[in-house]
Amino acid sequence: MKIGTPKEVFEGEARVAMTPDSARLLQKLGHDCVIEAGAGKAAGFTDAAYKEAGVEVVRGATNLWKAADVVAKVRPPTETEAKRLRKGQTLISFFYPAQNEKLLEICAKKDATVIAMDMVPRISRAQKMDALSSMANIAGYRAVIEAAENFGRFFTGQVTAAGKVPPAKVLVVGAGVAGLAAIGTAVSLGAIVYAFDVRPEVAEQIESMGAEFVFLEFEETQDGAQTGGYAAPSSPEFREKQLAKFRELAPDMDIVITTALIPGRDAPVLWTKDMVAAMKPGSVIVDLAAERGGNCELTVADEIITTKNDVKIVGYTDFPSRMATQSSMLYANNIRHMVDDLTPENDGRIVIDMDDDVIRSATVTHAGKITFPPPPLKVQAIAAAKPKPASQELTVEEKRAQEVAAFKKATRQQVGLLAGGGLLMLLIGAYAPVSFMQHFIVFALSCFIGFQVIWNVSHALHTPLMAITNAISGIIILGALLQVGSGNWLVVILASVSILIATINIVGGFLVTRRMLAMFQRS
Amino acid sequence: MSYGLVSAAYIAAAVLFILALGGLSNQESAKRAVWYGIVGMALAVVATVFGPGTGHLLLVLLMVAIGAYAGQYVAKKVEMTEMPQLVAALHSFVGLAAVFIGLNADFELGSVLALKANIPASLNEAGAAVFLKEAGLTGFAEKLAHKDAVEIAILHVEVFLGVFIGAVTFTGSVVAFGKLAGKIDGKPKKLPGGHLLNAGALALSVILGLMYFSGSGVWALLLMTLIAGFIGYHLIMGIGGADMPVVVSMLNSYSGWAAAAIGFTLGNDLLIVTGALVGSSGAILSYIMCKAMNRKFISVILGGFGGTTGPALEVEGEMVPIEADAVAAALEDADSVIIVPGYGMAVAQAQQSVSELVKRLRAKGKNVRFAIHPVAGRLPGHMNVLLAEAKVPYDIVLEMDEINDDFPDTDVVIVIGANDIVNPAAQDDPNSPIAGMPVLEVWKAKQVFVSKRGQGTGYSGIENPLFYKDNTRMFYGDAKHSMDEVLKRID
Repeated sequence: MKIGTPKEVFEGEARVAMTPDSARLLQKLGHDCVIEAGAGKAAGFTDAAYKEAGVEVVRGATNLWKAADVVAKVRPPTETEAKRLRKGQTLISFFYPAQNEKLLEICAKKDATVIAMDMVPRISRAQKMDALSSMANIAGYRAVIEAAENFGRFFTGQVTAAGKVPPAKVLVVGAGVAGLAAIGTAVSLGAIVYAFDVRPEVAEQIESMGAEFVFLEFEETQDGAQTGGYAAPSSPEFREKQLAKFRELAPDMDIVITTALIPGRDAPVLWTKDMVAAMKPGSVIVDLAAERGGNCELTVADEIITTKNDVKIVGYTDFPSRMATQSSMLYANNIRHMVDDLTPENDGRIVIDMDDDVIRSATVTHAGKITFPPPPLKVQAIAAAKPKPASQELTVEEKRAQEVAAFKKATRQQVGLLAGGGLLMLLIGAYAPVSFMQHFIVFALSCFIGFQVIWNVSHALHTPLMAITNAISGIIILGALLQVGSGNWLVVILASVSILIATINIVGGFLVTRRMLAMFQRS
Repeated sequence: MSYGLVSAAYIAAAVLFILALGGLSNQESAKRAVWYGIVGMALAVVATVFGPGTGHLLLVLLMVAIGAYAGQYVAKKVEMTEMPQLVAALHSFVGLAAVFIGLNADFELGSVLALKANIPASLNEAGAAVFLKEAGLTGFAEKLAHKDAVEIAILHVEVFLGVFIGAVTFTGSVVAFGKLAGKIDGKPKKLPGGHLLNAGALALSVILGLMYFSGSGVWALLLMTLIAGFIGYHLIMGIGGADMPVVVSMLNSYSGWAAAAIGFTLGNDLLIVTGALVGSSGAILSYIMCKAMNRKFISVILGGFGGTTGPALEVEGEMVPIEADAVAAALEDADSVIIVPGYGMAVAQAQQSVSELVKRLRAKGKNVRFAIHPVAGRLPGHMNVLLAEAKVPYDIVLEMDEINDDFPDTDVVIVIGANDIVNPAAQDDPNSPIAGMPVLEVWKAKQVFVSKRGQGTGYSGIENPLFYKDNTRMFYGDAKHSMDEVLKRID
């Protein structure tokens, strides 16, 4: 099949859905690639680079749409673009089917298959094509860079000859992919980072990135696992608590990065006017949810505004596009992985397998029908958070009692064993002759010594231990030596064979142990 | 040499043996400890040979010479990967010797009793003793002649036990040898009837034993020997390859108990002491191995894995393969590397390549260590010996407990030919057959490469979710070949 990528028509969009590298890999799957002239220019990929990678370069969008069997792009198609689709053609792009019903109908009417990259489910198997995550990662990184650009100070604290610089304090609200990326970037720039999320199970991830989790005392908590790893709307009481916490933090924070989004809804307002007013002059707010109304009440989409108290609010909606080279590379890889899954035989034939969970979820129109919304997934997106074990804060007395109980138990056990063993000895002693009992004492004590000694043997020397015990169990030769002097010829033969094999044991065992031990060298 | 001198030599030998085992607590003192063992053994043998009650000195010297030659030949020739086989083979020798000596004891007893019956009734006690002496009884037979009825009954029990344990050890070790050497299929196999057959054979042995005690004669003992041999064979046939560490330790223990039982028979304290030392050593090793697999000793011996209690957790994700280039690149970038070897490394003889890789990485200042699971390989401590042979310094070879907490701070983990010992299902999935088994937590590292021949499951036959984790890459191919490929790319 021919996979084609047109130049993005959306104003200011610099990304491109195919890079020379991804094209090479697509060709390995048996596909041909075609690209509209100049499509990669804004992202730093020249037409010449594409040609070198074996991609056909065509002039004009019309020709491209005509030439390609599969069209891969970034932004959802415009109506004009959607009308260019033809029967049997496949479109792979972001689509947002829930918001773009009209577009969906057009595509279905055209009998084209549409794969929406934003509908790829959040399961491990599909992570390689999860474009939302890869773009969110870039957005999170870029958000910190934008914040740094608009912030008049260092992120990192320094003590210089010219004076002391305090580190910047950064609050990240929402620890999804973007939030975590922002945390990582801010931490590596040297800031002190705090992060908040409604899902308590992400606390560990936040801490692993080097930020401090802002803890909220609240009974009712959400289980993010039920909503496919995304946040769900929270109850009014919870919201109040949360806002109160933010109010408390606002005066201290230099940078606030908000990333809170709930699938299919407007962004929740988390950073109110009064919080902005409480912030220090020169502080920066970066609102990654600007496209959906913004988490900050004052955000204006696509603009940087400065409030009366000199707080800057960055409301860009095109963070990934601002790092077009990087985001094109990742997005093109997401597309490439999607095509890989769509080409099960690696023979250049696209198969839309509606039984495959990932493909089913991402396919929004197929064979003239709208196939959105998809049925619920068979596998859970992420494992349900395990209920935490009941807190084991014991009082001193309880600990004491436990220790005493454990001690008593151990004592009972030991005394029981000793009593049992003693009884057994008595029983044997009552019947066995003295000569036997004398040997038996030796036996019992040797077992005891054996247990004490062997526990101290290093694990690393277990093989030499076996070899040396092998050698010394050749001591059985003594038995044979004592018998070999017998007058009975059968006994002599058996005894001498025993001597022979026991000697093999002794000599072989000791020599091989020595050989092994000599190999153990310190560095 | 008098009895007193012989006893003194025995005491010295027993102390030396204890010191020899105790010396194995670390690598340096172990080198000295072997000498204690050797000196102890030499003392014991020389004292016995030149002590009272032996004979046929030329024959003894001949046998010792042949045996010593064969022993040193084997010890020099054996490859370190073949250690498990060698150990199993040596166990079988002890078992066989125990059987022979036990049978001998019975034969001697028979002839002594016959002689006693011939004592003319006219002789008094002193006269009877003289008569026996004139009949040429020496050494062991002389000792037998002085036993009274109860002591002879006890002797029967001791002979019976010695022969039984010896026979089980012998055939069991032969089968274990065959399995470890690849001469017998490693898969668990049972005759129809399974453990019932073993139980039946055991019951039969007990009955034969009772008959033997009540004086049925030597045929019961011989028949029991055969049956015990069958039990040993069938028991070990039913146990699979990866349980071999337990089996070999168990046989090690048995060989010790057999020696101790023979010691009782012969009334020889040194045999009893040594047998008890070896027996408890093997028992502790078996215990450690079972603990490392979180399995009951009984269930290992009965073979196979216990039933699961529910469906296994769904494994999601996919196995992502990787090439040598990328592995080498990741190693170049890494600061800390942990290598987890398993039986696969021994099979592929990859230890030299691994050692070379480690040397080069360490030369670049990287922190490279090995993590050894207690049941990695086919013999307790097998991996340590292989790595030592390949000149990996032992202070970077660490035990599971020493290193398990370090995985989260590790950049790259390379798993070579290991499977179940790095399976996270042991911790995550309560329904897994290996649930609760202590495992190396490699998945906590930043990146894990698994060198493996193909996509199959491990010994336990269960899926390993590690292979599907996001930070895991599968490095398919023969371990030695794979490591050589990586070596080419690192200088």
